[in-house]
Amino acid sequence: MVASIDTVQQVKELTEEKYKYGFFTDIESETAPKGLNEDIVRFISAKKNEPEWLLEWRLKAYRYWLTMPEPKWSKVFHEPIDYQDAYYYSAPKSAADGPQSLDEIDPQLLETYEKLGIPLKEQERLSGVAVDAVFDSVSVATTFKAKLGEVGVIFCPISEALESCPDLVKKYLGTVVPYTDNKHATLNSAVFTDGSFVYIPPGVRCPMELSTYFRINAANTGQFERTLIIADKGSYVSYLEGCTAPMRDEHQLHAAVVELIALDDAEIKYSTIQNWYPGDENGRGGIFNFVTKRGHCRGRNSKISWTQVETGAAITWKYPSCILKGDNSVGEFYSIAITNNYQQADTGTKMIHLGKNTSSRIISKGISAGRANQTYRGLVRISPKAKGARNFTQCDSLLIGDRCGAHTVPYIECKNKSAIVEHEATTSTISEDQLFYLRQRGIPPEEAVALVVNGFCREVLQQLPMEFAVEAQKLVGISLEGSVG
Amino acid sequence: MTTESTNIKTFVESFDPARSGLPGAGLGWLKALREDGIERFEALGLPTPKLEAWKYTRLKPLEDTRYQPVTDEDGMAALDTVPSLLPDPGGRPRLVFVNGWMRPNFWIDGDLPDGVHLEGLRDVLETRPDWIRERLGTLAGEDASSLVQLNTAMMDTGFVLRVEDGVRVETPIEVIFVGGLTARPVAYSPRNLIVLGKGAEATVVKYHVGLGAGAYLANSVSDIEVGPGALLRHYKVQAEAKEATHIHTIRARVARDATYESFSLSIGGRLSRNEVSVRLEGEGAHCALNGAYLMRGSEHCDNTTVIDHLVPHTTCREVFKGVLDDESRAVFVGRIVVHKDAQKTDGYQLCKTLLLSTGAEIDAKPELEIYADDVKCSHGAATGQLDETALFYLRSRGVPEALARNLLVQSFIGEALEEISDEVVRQAITDQVVHWLPAACYLAEEWRAE
Amino acid sequence: MLEIKNLHVSVDGKAILKGIDLSVQPGEIHAIMGPNGSGKSTLSHVIAGRDGYEITGGRIIYQGEDMTGMAPEIRAAKGIFLAFQYPVEIPGVANTTFLKEALNAICRYHGKDELDAMQFVKVMREKTKELGIPEDMLKRAVNVGFSGGEKKRNEILQMAILNPTLAILDETDSGLDIDAMKIVAEGVNKLRAPERSILLITHYQRLLDYIIPDKVHVLAHGRIQRSGDKKLALELEEKGYAEFGEAAA
Repeated sequence: MVASIDTVQQVKELTEEKYKYGFFTDIESETAPKGLNEDIVRFISAKKNEPEWLLEWRLKAYRYWLTMPEPKWSKVFHEPIDYQDAYYYSAPKSAADGPQSLDEIDPQLLETYEKLGIPLKEQERLSGVAVDAVFDSVSVATTFKAKLGEVGVIFCPISEALESCPDLVKKYLGTVVPYTDNKHATLNSAVFTDGSFVYIPPGVRCPMELSTYFRINAANTGQFERTLIIADKGSYVSYLEGCTAPMRDEHQLHAAVVELIALDDAEIKYSTIQNWYPGDENGRGGIFNFVTKRGHCRGRNSKISWTQVETGAAITWKYPSCILKGDNSVGEFYSIAITNNYQQADTGTKMIHLGKNTSSRIISKGISAGRANQTYRGLVRISPKAKGARNFTQCDSLLIGDRCGAHTVPYIECKNKSAIVEHEATTSTISEDQLFYLRQRGIPPEEAVALVVNGFCREVLQQLPMEFAVEAQKLVGISLEGSVG
Repeated sequence: MTTESTNIKTFVESFDPARSGLPGAGLGWLKALREDGIERFEALGLPTPKLEAWKYTRLKPLEDTRYQPVTDEDGMAALDTVPSLLPDPGGRPRLVFVNGWMRPNFWIDGDLPDGVHLEGLRDVLETRPDWIRERLGTLAGEDASSLVQLNTAMMDTGFVLRVEDGVRVETPIEVIFVGGLTARPVAYSPRNLIVLGKGAEATVVKYHVGLGAGAYLANSVSDIEVGPGALLRHYKVQAEAKEATHIHTIRARVARDATYESFSLSIGGRLSRNEVSVRLEGEGAHCALNGAYLMRGSEHCDNTTVIDHLVPHTTCREVFKGVLDDESRAVFVGRIVVHKDAQKTDGYQLCKTLLLSTGAEIDAKPELEIYADDVKCSHGAATGQLDETALFYLRSRGVPEALARNLLVQSFIGEALEEISDEVVRQAITDQVVHWLPAACYLAEEWRAE
Repeated sequence: MLEIKNLHVSVDGKAILKGIDLSVQPGEIHAIMGPNGSGKSTLSHVIAGRDGYEITGGRIIYQGEDMTGMAPEIRAAKGIFLAFQYPVEIPGVANTTFLKEALNAICRYHGKDELDAMQFVKVMREKTKELGIPEDMLKRAVNVGFSGGEKKRNEILQMAILNPTLAILDETDSGLDIDAMKIVAEGVNKLRAPERSILLITHYQRLLDYIIPDKVHVLAHGRIQRSGDKKLALELEEKGYAEFGEAAA
């Protein structure tokens, strides 16, 4: 309730402010030459002092990538990407030797994170969220490391993990999303620069929320972070991810990969608030958000839960998925996607049921306004051995305005008779009756829309950790700014 | 040259001997249309699962079998009794085709009112070439699938039903296609045309039934125009023979305030595909697209439907239910498209499937594509097995298990059968469902649903 | 309080109201009765400021101010409340959230401090208790899954909380059985106050057995055909609206 009041204020503020994360920080960066070739891949690997096996893996990915066509099956449209016209490595110069403490971080960078509302500074640590901040290509700060270390939790940049626990990284990297997976993931495998690494030891319940904030700052730079989270037997972790970028006229590519592995009785909860720059109201600029996220419920009774609030990016192409291999494992996908103006989103999930008595739940709420087009694309596959599998899917679309589109494309493949699969989808609009009713009670139109949309998304908003729920509710209102006349 | 295109060449060549004898040989425009069709078919090739529209269906029999054209001898195969779907054909109009050949001796003119014209395709090509040219031309189209192109090239049989403005036909018209009475694999390409004038009404029942054991390919296309305020009930039962491949493409255009009601029951064939596309072109147009599929053995049935809402105030309702036993497989792809400015569209779609066996598989893709905001669209899809609690409940009341299973299957399919508005046809189709159930336990009369 | 002068309204070019005159003083209850299609609901929607109605003539003066063309939320803030004939469902939005939004929007309009969570809960408790409405109704989504009676009681609860100076009850009695109607009427009577005027729009006389109006008007064919006291309602009950059938021309 408090949050919806905030929504209202945010909408007001935004009337003047528009995209508030659109600032650009002027700091000295070290960049690799423009373009993409084997030398760039070697350059990145060398910059990070990587072991030989990883360089080999990157090169294999790069060579394979050259042979792959662009994926064409989704309902998104854009000019061909000029891969040679971007920088694949950009790092704040001061971070070249790796910051040992926050004191060593460029004060301007700290200021950037302050603007983003990310608690990097000491006094803000009371919030109880451990943060890894990734700025362009490198991780710049990870808070709470010592405290996490006490219980054996590893939470650090993946580049650091390659030095401190290379065997863990080697054992799991690429086991959920192989380098051959898809064009964007393969590119990531070749050129990923940083990202977060999390390992939760057996039986440990991670004492705090872990969080990563991603920020693209430099111009013409792609961001290719790679996140790897392993929850060992009987452990639990909740991980939050947020993203922003400055306003720029050209498109920027963000091709991330996230791999989650849950062993016996482990649980991973992964929440995303994606607020990349969406481009202006005429569809100029904005981030291409082409992301591969996949979780592997490897152990019995394991659980992976994805929650996403996708409000930014010019194009979102993303299907956080679960491979339910362990018996009794559970996969969940809760999604809110909002597209306004000329934004496009093709998003959904894949639930692959392999083990016995596996269950999955998909709740997707899509809101399309302006001239935006949005597609829910989902796959539920019950393999012949997935005895007793269970899936429930609910996809709802809300259209605001007569020039937007909302599409639902679910694939249901069932090869086991004992499975129960249910899929429901609806499409609706905010009715004139609803608007008039709310206005008659004194609520102005923009707030009325935010209220109805927040109600429409409630089931998903409830899944978010408290710290994110408030921010998400605000975003819902802001993203629809200007969608009613 | 790739093997794929080699296959297509041999596939096409096997039809060559028949091409000179096709109906309408004297019509230049038709010759051009046919040539266009064969060229496009060769260019497109047989559909493969690489095409999104064929993701779940592979035309294996077409890749492996060399089908021959139907000869006069095949067409005149002996038939003792006509396997009619509807009871007591008495005064009911009926057309019969055997192995794709028209068999006028079995036809019953019935008591059709004035203004109703029911003829063979061959006859209409002779008597009203300009009228049919206009329709075949506009409906064939460049964007049609390769199998429609093949049909256009090879169409050798079929019927034309024309109902003039304001004429209402009370009795269902039955069209029977008997297949499987040949010793070698044959292929035929019926092309049907149904045109209802303003305010006209008619009911057409197509019964595709296999009698022999032969392999055959029936590649039918039906083009349908439902005029303003008209009502067409269009029912179909696919009970082809064990080795049959049945492809049926139906394309319907529905005008202002008109209704197109369709029901398709699939209970046979090795491989069957019903592809229905309906365009709601005038305000107030409505379509009801329903069906049921009951498969066993290694049968494969694909129902692919597209409903285009092109103008405001149109409605559709789609209910499909299926039961899959043994190693059978079914595909349901249902797409509802609400075009820009087609406000106030009301669309509903439901697909439910029961899996009776561990080897069975259902692939469903219910799809909504929406470009207008003031619309009400929903769809649901579900798969599951027989409700064990209900089974136990029936058994605890003294119903033997086999019978109880049949009852539950029948009640499950019943939800789709209820959508059939013509009572005589609904009963006939219900009988087909009951007959499909395991033979040991045909239900006694008193067990039948109302 | 409310002065309507020679009001003409049309919808899609068709004239619905053809010259309405109405004067309501503070503290008065007026009943507007009339057959279906007489323009009763149009009148209530136009006073509340719904889009889609074209005012082709006349004025609506409320507390000395011309309302014509004013946004519905501003009218609401100025104290006009419409209890809907068909209350609208808003899935996922709890009744409390909705009421708090509404109340605070009105507070903001008047430059007053918004209520904090505690103050708001206090107001809600008080009003639900006063009207005998179960508190769990507040936690449910606005009107979703409510019975007809519950929806109408929810309207009365909103009215109690938003504390309007002019309340318009549009066919609040329709679809209610006698017990539900008594509860609603009781709620309305509790809200009778010297500074508050109420406009009751109804087809039937029976509601007026429980809420006694100061004046009764008969609306037919877009005009007020007769005005009187509560006896007029009883007369209508007896004779029906037949006598107004010819009056249109």
